[in-house]
Amino acid sequence: MSKLRKKVYLVAGYNTISMGTGRKEFNPKKERAGLEQYMKEAGQATLKMIGGPDNVDECVIGNFIASRFNGQANMAAFFPFIDEGLMYKPATRVEGACATGGLALLAGVKSILAETADVVLVLGVEVQNTVKAIYGADYLAAAGWAKDRKNGHAYFFPGQFSDRAGAYYEKYGRDKTRQAFAKWFSNSIENARLCSTAQEHHNSAKDLTALGMMEPNGKSFVDHLNVFDCSKVSDGASSVAIVSEEGLKRIGIPLSEAVEIVSYGHAEADITKPPIDRTELTTFKVAAKQALDNAGITLDQVATAEVHDCFTIAGILATEALGLANPGEGPDFVLAGNTARDGKFPINTTGGLIGWGHPTGATGVHMAVTIWEQLTGKAGANQVAVPSDKPYGMSVNMGGDDKTLVAIVYKKN
Amino acid sequence: MNYEERLQNVSVIGAAGKMGSGILLLTALEMADISLKPENKDKAFRLNAIDISPLGLKGLVQYLKVQVLKAAEKKLIQLRKLYHDRSDLVENSDIVNQYVHDVLHIVSPVTRIEAAYDSFVVFEAAKEDPAIKIELFSKINTNNPNKPWFFTNTSSIPITELDIQASLEGRIIGFHFYNPPAIQKLVEVIKAENTTEELTAFALQYAKNLKKTVVPSNDVAGFIGNGHFMRDLIFGVSEVERLSGNYPFTESVYMINKVSQDFLIRPMGIFQLIDYVGLDVCQYILSVMNSRLTGKRLHSTLLDEFVSKGIKGGQFSDGSQKDGFLKYEKGKVTGIYSPAKNEYVAIADIQSTCDERLGALPENAPAWKTILRNPKKEDVLRIFFNNLKDLNTKGAALAIAFAENTKNIGQNLVKDGVALNENDVNTVLLTGFFHAYGPINDYV
Repeated sequence: MSKLRKKVYLVAGYNTISMGTGRKEFNPKKERAGLEQYMKEAGQATLKMIGGPDNVDECVIGNFIASRFNGQANMAAFFPFIDEGLMYKPATRVEGACATGGLALLAGVKSILAETADVVLVLGVEVQNTVKAIYGADYLAAAGWAKDRKNGHAYFFPGQFSDRAGAYYEKYGRDKTRQAFAKWFSNSIENARLCSTAQEHHNSAKDLTALGMMEPNGKSFVDHLNVFDCSKVSDGASSVAIVSEEGLKRIGIPLSEAVEIVSYGHAEADITKPPIDRTELTTFKVAAKQALDNAGITLDQVATAEVHDCFTIAGILATEALGLANPGEGPDFVLAGNTARDGKFPINTTGGLIGWGHPTGATGVHMAVTIWEQLTGKAGANQVAVPSDKPYGMSVNMGGDDKTLVAIVYKKN
Repeated sequence: MNYEERLQNVSVIGAAGKMGSGILLLTALEMADISLKPENKDKAFRLNAIDISPLGLKGLVQYLKVQVLKAAEKKLIQLRKLYHDRSDLVENSDIVNQYVHDVLHIVSPVTRIEAAYDSFVVFEAAKEDPAIKIELFSKINTNNPNKPWFFTNTSSIPITELDIQASLEGRIIGFHFYNPPAIQKLVEVIKAENTTEELTAFALQYAKNLKKTVVPSNDVAGFIGNGHFMRDLIFGVSEVERLSGNYPFTESVYMINKVSQDFLIRPMGIFQLIDYVGLDVCQYILSVMNSRLTGKRLHSTLLDEFVSKGIKGGQFSDGSQKDGFLKYEKGKVTGIYSPAKNEYVAIADIQSTCDERLGALPENAPAWKTILRNPKKEDVLRIFFNNLKDLNTKGAALAIAFAENTKNIGQNLVKDGVALNENDVNTVLLTGFFHAYGPINDYV
């Protein structure tokens, strides 16, 4: 597939706060907002921006695993709860682990392309602070093959990516890689501090590099990563509307406030197989290339990207998988400041998964919201330059250990 | 019989009490971890939780469930390895639940002392009464064919006295946990004159496995911990009696409690600590020590008066504090008992007057909680005490006097041959009482 057969736009992005440890208002001992409140807040915000539920043809909800965190399935039936004007409208729930949000966006895109809808409300949500992290680790482990759980680490995914970090240290050297992890962490926090909805917005640690460089301890956590190398447990929702040209007219939003979804790449790898090479994100590479090729552009034309840094190692590997750095040189690229907000290729400008937060099912949508904000000049303190020769933005959302990949290219209007 | 074999049958007496329950928890975890080793799979391990109160035992099981669950969550990485061959245990929750089950499975709550007749090791955390302890030891020793080893949690009674009177032939050791045993790092280990080397070696191994800090104390009534605390208590009370000549009793208690907490950067003021331990317990420990020691009389008529009025402090079964010298609401001190009025006077009514009288703390005075983790603790404390000495206030004067007395008590414990050295005294106060600095220091 090359260019999309018709114009598809993304508008009306909204993020709730990414709630969890780090936010001042978070108190694990007190009752907190649940799935319902997050979905309602995000859904209603987007509905308001697009002129209400009457303008909506279809709805898509992305949620990874509320069935375990919240004992809730059949999530599509929450749309009429979000707004009764959505009663009896078609809605679908999609799931692809941490790439759920990306898949939800694609479902919306496909409805536009299939001409079954002109306006699709797309929502991603996850509420994960309902159990302690060690039990949440079991739920999230479902993003891998269930048969691998028994031999996996207590903290399953940190264990998987710790193995990747270990392999990377061995192949390319440990010291510089760990420094690059610390740099990735401090970039993430610095960006998040500027964004009021970010989980790390209140982070006031003085020496971020020192935290990032804390020596991993396999006795209490995993062998090759420390806690600052990991995204946190988050509650949150993000929403957008995906619309056709006709849809854009219907909702009355000017083109300048919309971004065009130019292309996407979508790739699945075999969940029952270990990674082909632990030192690279092979499937990520395939999906990102597809998206860029389908758009007919190169990275030189991309102003900013959102990548799936569930762990710092994933962030470093993402720079290589995107083609920004050669294999083994991702750490140099990051250490040189290239991915910082003022660098030559700003990545994760609102903090990414490590800084903004990782409400798993919402993350792919949050990425799209950030790119939409950047390309429409709505990113506030986080705004980066979008020069006319770089009118594109990109997001790459990953589910599991490089298994489900959704890459999307967006264009400023 | 090696270490592991000896732990195959253990009894804890007074298991439902606040010390006994902690000892039981730690021993249950130690025994469970041994029982789960592959080589021990075919061996039975039994831990008798003996207490006279059935209701107390019911509460104990609840306490154990909660605490073992926490322990399992903390060491989950090791537990996943331990249960690796159990294909039915996949998720963390499976493993945690299995571990809780396995630990609780070892524990048998019973109300009858006869359960201890098969044990190899007996931990005793009964009432601090020599007669009761001796009777228990004699009874078990006579009926138990295994020549069991006795670990007593006494905090004041000389071990040699218990050994001789219960005819234990050196099969006893003082193993004094601090409250709460699951949290406080310190164990005072006290050998009786005839305590065997084998028993001592076992005790040290057990303490090491529990990750406890061991401080040896000589077999002198009160040992190091109460040897210090009881004399600190006597000083605190005498200061209140002295101040009561000029100020109301309640204000005097408030001032000395505040000085011994905030001005000395301790976790609790001296009267709150007395309440925490229990006025009746303190009274009893004083009587045990007083009747066995020469020198300055260790007795407080004020304590007698309060206890006779039924004001005893101590804790409710849920761990919350009972009223004593001070009144507590939701963990906060809200009043001070007035023996003249037979009621508590609200702190709010006297606080500002007393605080003004004491004067402010030196600028940048560190809080106890923060100083604990400060790597430059010593420098901060030195500056603090220098500033304190420069203050010409009543609070500073009372604090310096208190600190000097405390230091003196510590030094005398070494001089009198209770502690082997000054460092041991400091370690007891640091790890058993959670002080931020040892009493023997050059700050004062």
